[in-house]
Formats: sequence, structure tokens, C-alpha cells
Amino acid sequence: MAEQDWKTSKRTFAAVSLPTLFWVVVFFLIPMAIVWLYSFGENRGLTEIEFSGTLENYKRATEWLYLTIFGKSFAVAALVTLICLIVGFPVAMAITFASEKWRPWLLLGIMLPFWTNLLIRTYALMMLLGTQGFANKGMGALWEGTSWIKTLVGLQPLPTWEPVQLLFNNFAVVFGLVYVHLPFMVLPLYAALDRLDRSLIEASLDLGAGHFRTIMRIVVPLAAPGIIAGVMITLIPALGAYLTPDLMGGTDSQMIANVIERQFKKANDWPFGAALSFLLIYAMFILIAIQSMRKKVPEVR
Amino acid sequence: MDFNELIKQTRGRRSLLQAMGAAAIGISFGGLAACSKGEGKKLANGEEAKLNFYNWDTYIGETTLDDFKEASGVEVKMDLFDSNDVLFAKFKAGNPGYDVIVPSNDFVERMAQADMLQALDHGAIPNMKNIDPTFIDVDYDQGRKFSMPYTWLALGIGYRKSKVKAKPDSWKVLFDSPEYAGRIAWLSEAGDMFRLYGKYLGKSVNALTPADIATIEAMMIKQKPNVKNFHVDDGQDLLLKGDIDLVLEYNGDIAQAMTEDDNIDFIVPNEGSQLNSDNLCIPKGAPHPKNAHAFINYLLDGEVGKKITETILYPTPNAAAKALMPDSYKNNPVIYPPADVLAKCEYAKFNPTLQPLYEEAFTRVRAA
Repeated sequence: MAEQDWKTSKRTFAAVSLPTLFWVVVFFLIPMAIVWLYSFGENRGLTEIEFSGTLENYKRATEWLYLTIFGKSFAVAALVTLICLIVGFPVAMAITFASEKWRPWLLLGIMLPFWTNLLIRTYALMMLLGTQGFANKGMGALWEGTSWIKTLVGLQPLPTWEPVQLLFNNFAVVFGLVYVHLPFMVLPLYAALDRLDRSLIEASLDLGAGHFRTIMRIVVPLAAPGIIAGVMITLIPALGAYLTPDLMGGTDSQMIANVIERQFKKANDWPFGAALSFLLIYAMFILIAIQSMRKKVPEVR
Repeated sequence: MDFNELIKQTRGRRSLLQAMGAAAIGISFGGLAACSKGEGKKLANGEEAKLNFYNWDTYIGETTLDDFKEASGVEVKMDLFDSNDVLFAKFKAGNPGYDVIVPSNDFVERMAQADMLQALDHGAIPNMKNIDPTFIDVDYDQGRKFSMPYTWLALGIGYRKSKVKAKPDSWKVLFDSPEYAGRIAWLSEAGDMFRLYGKYLGKSVNALTPADIATIEAMMIKQKPNVKNFHVDDGQDLLLKGDIDLVLEYNGDIAQAMTEDDNIDFIVPNEGSQLNSDNLCIPKGAPHPKNAHAFINYLLDGEVGKKITETILYPTPNAAAKALMPDSYKNNPVIYPPADVLAKCEYAKFNPTLQPLYEEAFTRVRAA
């Protein structure tokens, strides 16, 4: 079917887009604009915020302290995204190449965690990773077993098992975020890989490229839009995560979203919190702008 | 009734909501406006037979709300909140339709200053006579103009008995010593942390200066490597699971953990500590103020207070209710810390200038 220019049937277009437009304006743009105005405001007393046009909040938000927290949050989110990509790509490939009968079940398996509240999943992970958690108990049992086998063959037994510190550190935060965000990566990857023309892969293999080379030279470039979409959809929420670092992090695991949350609740400093939020939003705009500029390149070719 | 049996049925007011947290926070957003209309059954006082109550989790007797309905015909709809900050943030944009709320002492002060609370009509609350007189002329609400005390609580150290060498009767073990490195959890409330450090340094919780905050910040950064976690008021769970061995927590929360594990104990350190008190208030714009007064009066009744206390097991400011409780409750050193230590404890005043400084300093401590 030929693509129709929206200009040819403006009325239909307006009728169809109006509800969405209304929704975006009333529930997204207007509230965001208010928060944006807050970021140029000052607290007057406990409940009043005066829109004084001050840049003080931004000045404070760009202090070294907050910049380092921004930097750290970016680093954590980038690491999470990278791990999600490395883990998620083979998973998406496997689902793509699974038989018709299995595919819906595998996709369901990916989406199943969404049926449970994020908080409940995080608490479940905490049960798993705790000092007395199942992970440590399992490893302890393996350790004891190895020790026992060593004594059987007449060797010195291993020293006693010391539980590994899996919870309340940066590792736990990254682990928790990867766990939560993996479906966000797998689904766009799957969507991209599913559209892939399989004959290209066969051609590549027939012409003598190895499996790894075929993946890197044929599959990855063709799935690039899916990869970029997956990276964006993973990176942005990971950057704004606050529950996971709060619950699973240690004493130095705060991310920028935790700081923002505290401004709105405990510190009761909405203008400053708004400034921090908007710095984060500007950063994301820049990221998306860079991505859309990159996309232009192949079209020129 | 055996005290342990009694306590076993309970959970800390702040604990379950922590577990259900985000989900529960969202629960009460909608719905109120819809249910405040409904059938027009009027009471003698001219109000419909409804009341919207905004309370902490597990902070009411098991049958209290049903009993009140039987006694007065008013149906109470209870929503739950899990921190004063959430309560305040929600009322900042206007009363979402609640008649009775339960802010802590410093937030009574804060909400009163922010003009969010209605003055109470003492004539409609005759059971005020049941309140322990020491709880009437409090700093945060002189003469109880805006609030009626519901419970009080103390911060202290919860610990695993088998893992400590001696009773941790000083804040030093948590704040200024590597003795229990990696087995300590702090509370993630900036204000509470700085004030308790102030206590450790021999200062009043209400007399800290920006210079003190700088000193304390340096001490915190020094101690931070020994601390495993800043807990979000779920310290009793961390203690039960064995993730940590010493934790800064509220007495009621630890009392509850003690019923599940008799290797756990609680102490208010010798330097003294910070007390909190939760209070019944009527917010401005409450749709059913007369019912609200009747409900507060009902909760302050001796027998009713006894039933609530049996369930929630916090110290009660209601002298009539306390008198009806068994000795196992009244003499429990966790619920009622010894008088000499208690004498050194203070209520924290709301301080709008220091609060942002606490928050920023604690952000620096976390980032260090």
C-alpha cells in the first residue's frame, strides 16, 4: 500500500490525532511546563513557590557535587545498557530462530516479569542475594561439597565458607538494574531481528563467512535500528532509576534520581529538584539528538 | 493474654508499607472524590456517615474501625502512607479529601505553619482528659491546638545479641568506631542522622549549627566505610535476615522483630536519643470535620486505646489506656525505655533553615 501524505486528508488526520494530542498536551506538556517553571523559582515559606526567574537552582545543580553524581549515574546506566545488550542480543536471536510453536511462549517468558510489580521483584532479588540468601546458601553448599570431595581423595579440605557480599554495593545495583531492564532491550531487538531477511544470512554462510563473522557483518548492521532503539529504551529509564539503588545499593550507590526524589520529598525544595530533573532531561534530549543525526548518515549514502 | 502472643500478631507501622511501598503510595490517589458523594444518609450532626482516615500501616486496632461504625454509624475509609514527606507532599497541592491524618510531631509543626491544619474543638473531644498531662503542653503544639497524641516512639540501636561483645549502650559503636565494620546499618533520614550525631557529641538535637553539621559530615564520611547500608526504615528486616548485626531503628519495629527471633534486643544509648510522636489531626478542607472530632474522641477512649495498643504495641500517651494494659507491656524496657535514659531524649523541632543543609550534607556523605 502506498504511503499517504497526511496533507491529503487533513480532517481524518485531525480526528485521529486529536485525542492523543489532547492527552500529550494536558497530561504531559502542561505538567512538564509547570515543573520547568519551578526550576526557575524559589521557595517562599513552606508551600509557596515564586517564579522569580532565578538561575540559582541551575547554578547549584551544576556544582561539582551534583556533576559527579550525574557522571556516576551515566556510567552505571551505560554499563547496565551494555550488559543488557550483550546478554539480550543472543536471547533475541534465539527467540527469532525458535520454531513457530515456541516463539510465543519464549516471548511470554520475557514479558512475564512485567506482571509483577517492580518493587516486589526487587525484594525477591534481595532475598536471593542477601548474606543468608539463596545464592550464598547455594554457593556455600557447593563449597562444602568440593571440600568433602577433596577430603575423600585425601587432600586438605577447603577453609570454611565465608558468605560473599552480594547485596548493598554497586554490583547489586547494576545486577538489579540489568534484571529489571533486560526485557526493554530484548523486545526491540527481537522486533528488528524478526524482520531480517534470512536469505542474507544463508548467502553469507554459503559465501564462506563464519558464524561469528556473519553475525557481526550481516546481522548486527541490519539490526542496527533495533539495537539503537533498545539502547535508548534501556539507557533512559536506567538513568532515572531510584528504587533499585535505594533498596539494593550500599552507602555510596546513590544515583541522580535518588537525589531528585529527596528534593521533592524530604528536602521540600521543589525548585532545586526541578532544576536537577531538567538537567537530566536536557542530557537525554542531547542523546536523542545525537542518535537522530547519526541516523541521517546512511540515508545520504 | 501472654505478651509474646500479643506482639506476634503485629508488624511495625513503617515496615509493611516499605515492602508494598510504591504500590501502596499510589493507592489513595484516586477514588476519594468519588466516594465522598454516594448515598445521602445524614447523621444527626448534619454530615453524611463517612470519614476518610489517612494513617500509617498497621497502626490501628484490628476491630477499631468496625467498632466505631457500630457506635456511631460512620463508615471509616482508611488509606495508608509510609512517610511524613509523602503526607506533606500530597497536602502541598491541597487536601485530597481526608478528614483525619496522623503526622509526626515535627510535621504537626510544619503543617500548622503551612496552614494545612484545622484548630481542634476541644469541647468535642472530652476524652482529651485521658491523655497523660506531660503530652499536653508540648513544644510542637502548645496546648494541643491542632493535634491529639496517638503514640510516641524512640530511636535506638537494635542488635543481634550473639554478635556483640557488650551491650551497645553508646552511639559510638554506630557512629565513631570500626568495631563492627560492615555489620552496621544507618537510617537514611538525613535530619535524624545529623541530630543523633549531635546527641553523641553531647548537643541538643535542636541546637545544631552549620558548623556542627560540617563537623558531623566529616565524622560520617570517616565512619561510612564501616557502614553497610542506609536502610529505608526496614532495619528490623535486615537484622532478622542476618544481613547486618546492629541497626539504628525505632523501638516498636525492633520489639516486633524480637518476637520472631529472641536473639535480638534493643537499647536506647546512654547519650540519649530522639523521640517522635504521632498525632491525630484534622486537615483544612476536611469534608467531615464533625465526624473527624467524634473519631478522634473515640480513639482517645481508654478501652479503645487499650485495644489499639494491644495490636500495635507502641508506647501510648493515653494514660487511661496504659492503665488497662498488662504489666508485660508496661514494664517492657524496649517499649518503655528506662526513665534515666528517657530523661536525656528530646523531640526534634521542625527547622526549615537546617533541613536543606542536612539533606545536602548527607548527599555529600553518600557521594564521598
